[in-house]
Amino acid sequence: MSEITKEQIRQPENLVYTKTKLLTDKALSYCPGCGHGTAHRIVMEVIEELNAQSETIGIAPVGCSVLAYEFMNIDMQQAAHGRAPALATAVKRLMPEKLVFTYQGDGDLAAIGTAETIHACNRGENITIIFINNGIYGMTGGQMAPTTLPNMKASTCPYGRDVVTMGNPLKMTELVAQLPGVRYVTRQSVHTPGNVRKTKKAIRKAFDMQKENKGLTFVEIVSNCNSGWKMTPIQSNKWMEENMFPFYPLGDIKVDGQLVK
Amino acid sequence: MKELRLMKGNEAVAEAAIRAGCDGYFGYPITPQSEVMEYLMYQEPHKTTGMVVLQAESEVAAINMVYGGASCGKRVMTSSSSPGISLKQEGISYIAGAELPCLIVNVVRGGPGLGTIQPAQSDYFQSTKGGGHGDYRLLVLAPASVQEMADFAGLGFELAFKYRNPVLILSDGVIGQMMEKVELQPHQPRFTKEEIKANTPWATYGKTDDRGRNIITSLDLDSHKQEKHVTHLAEKYQAMEENEVRYEEFQTEDAEYLIVAYGSSARISQKAVDIARAKGIKVGLLRPITLFPFPKKPLAKLATQVKGILSVEMSLGQMVEDVKLAVECKIKVEHFGRYGGIIPTPDEVVAALEQKIIGG
Repeated sequence: MSEITKEQIRQPENLVYTKTKLLTDKALSYCPGCGHGTAHRIVMEVIEELNAQSETIGIAPVGCSVLAYEFMNIDMQQAAHGRAPALATAVKRLMPEKLVFTYQGDGDLAAIGTAETIHACNRGENITIIFINNGIYGMTGGQMAPTTLPNMKASTCPYGRDVVTMGNPLKMTELVAQLPGVRYVTRQSVHTPGNVRKTKKAIRKAFDMQKENKGLTFVEIVSNCNSGWKMTPIQSNKWMEENMFPFYPLGDIKVDGQLVK
Repeated sequence: MKELRLMKGNEAVAEAAIRAGCDGYFGYPITPQSEVMEYLMYQEPHKTTGMVVLQAESEVAAINMVYGGASCGKRVMTSSSSPGISLKQEGISYIAGAELPCLIVNVVRGGPGLGTIQPAQSDYFQSTKGGGHGDYRLLVLAPASVQEMADFAGLGFELAFKYRNPVLILSDGVIGQMMEKVELQPHQPRFTKEEIKANTPWATYGKTDDRGRNIITSLDLDSHKQEKHVTHLAEKYQAMEENEVRYEEFQTEDAEYLIVAYGSSARISQKAVDIARAKGIKVGLLRPITLFPFPKKPLAKLATQVKGILSVEMSLGQMVEDVKLAVECKIKVEHFGRYGGIIPTPDEVVAALEQKIIGG
């Protein structure tokens, strides 16, 4: 039997997946095993499905995804640390017909940007917030985040997060769900194909609601940081399931303006 | 037809902004400039021109809303007073770095810290030398009347877009709060989508097939590229120095002495010149209208004519450093100022001129 060549495999009938045109060809700067790449992909796939490239403005944060604009093939603005919801507020108010989203990590959204996040949510800005929560500051090298779990180790809590002196992890998602201007809140993950599908559906729902001027939509993605957590990608996903999910349970928190019981 | 009104400086800048085709105002209340947003909210320009007016949760949020709006090629502005302007410095640095046009109004009050709510000019360093981090400059306009508060709104937007740079109107509590007659300019329409596409092709209004994606950022991890970018900024600031210096001279033709003052200090100093002249002292006034770029050349020229210069500021002496640099310390330069919210009288200025320059 003759050997099958690459060219023979790369036939249209064998094609099961192509990268969305809304991702650039630039190699991702994320660590292998990190959830950011998948999250980027599904956000861009949804925008492609909506045929909304020319209508979308994305706001990149400061953190690991500071360079999101290098990978997302849409018009983007890079915000100061934590300020993305303020930028998005102005963009949407000045161009209400556009699709506007922020993409923020936990340090950006839940620490330095707490005020901007809560007030954009409270005003019910008609924007979508994509919140990647991996419980750590990844880019700066694994420091404690507002979302770091109790007793979890990080470079600025090397003996574990002591909640007495360092405070408890902040559940921003549950917090903003209480605000009337926030219409859809969900917490998802991208660590298995099934979860990726669910998260993509959630992002689609959030963007659909925005297009219908329903108010603020908020999608948290609980993710891993294998580098910051000092684990292999497989270990980190297992650790996430065993430790992050009990504290940050997956599922819808608020749907169509109603808190899920 | 001339449209004349009696207005506060704060109201005048707000009305002029609507008329200049401003797309969005984002602010946070602080004395002595709260009338800017109050006036705009009362006027409801979203019903007439479509201008957005939004009260933000903080000065930090407000300046970042300006960043977001400016990134879309819109005419956007904010206003505040000293402590609030300090909070905006992060955003201003990012705006300057990302080369975004916008208008910022500072109605200065006495500092440092919470200081006082009374007028001062103690934010000169912050306005002209940076304020936030990094190598950047603002184009700084210093109004000395309610009329100029109005005029500088339109001029500010024009210069901001010409240079893709934030423009600061450095006012003070006197100019912001006092009422004067003001002639208003006719309404100028807001930019259309087509104009934004044509005039600000870099703006983020949605990527279309006919162009690559537009990115607004102040980040470049490649230091060589970042150095090139800062060099480009420097060239812009150089062009401002060559093209945008604005100043006014008053009774300098035969002057033996010179007062340099801006904003409300210039108004007081003008009266001081009259008093001194009545006493037989040949003194003139140079009023910088742009603080950056600073009128170095006219000052250097006057330094060959006068015997000494008094810099009059409502501060411990900040602009005086630029005056000394401009005249290369070839003649005597002294500072006179009241501060902490105290406004000097014309007589005090004359007395300072006599003691520090003529008699000193």
